[in-house]
Amino acid sequence: MSDLPLARPAGPTRRALAERAQRRRATLIAAVSTVVVGTALVALVVRAPGWDEVRASFFSGPDFAAAWDDIVPAFWLNVRVFLIAEACILVFALLLALARSSRAPVLFPVRILAAVYVDLLRGVPVLLVLFLLGFGVPALRLEGVPNDPVFWATVALVMSYSAYVSEVYRAGIDSVHESQRAAARSLGLTSSQAMAYVVLPQAVRRVIPPLLNDFIALQKETALVGVLGPIEAARQAQLYASREFNFTSYVAAAVLFLLITVPLTRFTDWLLARQRARVSGGRLA
Amino acid sequence: MARRTTALLAAGLLVLAAACGDSEDDDEGSSNPTGEGADPSAESTTDCSPDALELVNDDVLTVGTDSPAFPPWFQDDDPTNGEGFESAVAYAVAEELGFPREEVTWATVPFNNVIAPGDKPFDFAINQVSITEEREDAVDFSDPYYETNQALVGYEDSPAASATSLEDLRSLRLGAQVGTTSLDFITEVIQPESEPRVYNDNSSAKAALDAQQVDAVVFDLPTAFYVSAVEMEGTKVIGQFPADAGGESDAFGLVFAEGNPLRDCANEALATLRDSGRLAEIEQEWLSDVVDAPVIPVD
Repeated sequence: MSDLPLARPAGPTRRALAERAQRRRATLIAAVSTVVVGTALVALVVRAPGWDEVRASFFSGPDFAAAWDDIVPAFWLNVRVFLIAEACILVFALLLALARSSRAPVLFPVRILAAVYVDLLRGVPVLLVLFLLGFGVPALRLEGVPNDPVFWATVALVMSYSAYVSEVYRAGIDSVHESQRAAARSLGLTSSQAMAYVVLPQAVRRVIPPLLNDFIALQKETALVGVLGPIEAARQAQLYASREFNFTSYVAAAVLFLLITVPLTRFTDWLLARQRARVSGGRLA
Repeated sequence: MARRTTALLAAGLLVLAAACGDSEDDDEGSSNPTGEGADPSAESTTDCSPDALELVNDDVLTVGTDSPAFPPWFQDDDPTNGEGFESAVAYAVAEELGFPREEVTWATVPFNNVIAPGDKPFDFAINQVSITEEREDAVDFSDPYYETNQALVGYEDSPAASATSLEDLRSLRLGAQVGTTSLDFITEVIQPESEPRVYNDNSSAKAALDAQQVDAVVFDLPTAFYVSAVEMEGTKVIGQFPADAGGESDAFGLVFAEGNPLRDCANEALATLRDSGRLAEIEQEWLSDVVDAPVIPVD
């Protein structure tokens, strides 16, 4: 038995060598493909007849620097609205999802209300909600009702996005197998305890990637605050563009948005990959 | 395997796309000479007869303006009816250029597109566009067909209503439409203590005034009068600023795509209208209410 050639020869096996060769080939092809695609794209843009004009009006260095100084403080407004709205949405959307997932017969009207709310707010463009709340409510001139446009813009974003996010939560809650709830109930937990301690923790973990996805969208949507008058980053870019006739300011604003959205996106990708790895129990590319 | 195929496919498609782009360039290249062949006769003589003009749409003069088209510049959101100051001026200019009413069409063009560089879907635009140096870089302007002052509108019972000097205005929250000389006037001349509110259009600015999110809104004087007299009950023109207040007076010009030879023809037409008193007549007819509002001194 011990004579059988089971002992590995020194150095890599033929299989390892073949795999290495294949990897090298794949890398080479990827590199060539990237160069070809990149060159074709650059050639397409740079050789376009209007490229010089486009570069001067969209990618001008001095204009970028000049606009940047104006836009950064304005972007702070976007960041504040984003952070406050996000915190409120997380809570409000969860309440909506719980209302829709409730099972007690007595809560039927709550379920109906939550469903109607989600249908309405998901179906209506954010811009309309923004105008309605931002200009409409203060125009009622009720005592004690704030009329600050930033306040109402944030409320509008929270109302709209909570409708989307509540559906994400609900998908997560529905994805937790019924047996989990049954097991919890059989251990003596009440229905709401089962939800709070067994279903929700699993549900929320599963929907973190799509939640982040919605928040990336929300982050961009903060530019809508500008339609109510306050000067946020996109508006500041527009002011620069209309003053100087140069659209580079929009590129500067875009860079600021990207500085937040790209790390968030990569983080979401990473979370998704980790989750996939966990679910499939290993690499199953 | 699948991944490699896709990558190659993507590369192939892009090369193909690039090749197509090239061939399009070639097409343009070959078609240009014929276009230029027709051009020179028209350009070199600045022949302003309707047949010689190079128009966006054949045989008709296409005039651009934003929607909604509102008084006193237009009536009933319909630029084609010849009513309202700018509609009347457009048709008068068209007539001078040799286009009777039925040979004039209108194109709806958002304000920001009117003043952006590039090709235009109109022969000229009339949209209360103030002539500024920066805009001159992107488009061509005719000589002014109207000169206006900036004015302030607010509620009669608001703290803004009693303002009589720039000093009184500085503590107020002011608003204006984005990209307008009204907004420049706020930031450069009034220089209020709190950041001005900026709106996409005058409708939003009026809504904000109604919501008491701003104390007063700066418009050009004719718009200010229309807003206070017709659109918003309880408001008034708090004051107007002298024409030389901003260093640059606000003059409206017709807008042309940069280099459009039609501009010279339109200037001739405007000169004729001005000399004959026709322009003043039109102004009297549609903007006559705009005569007296208290002047807020700027010094």
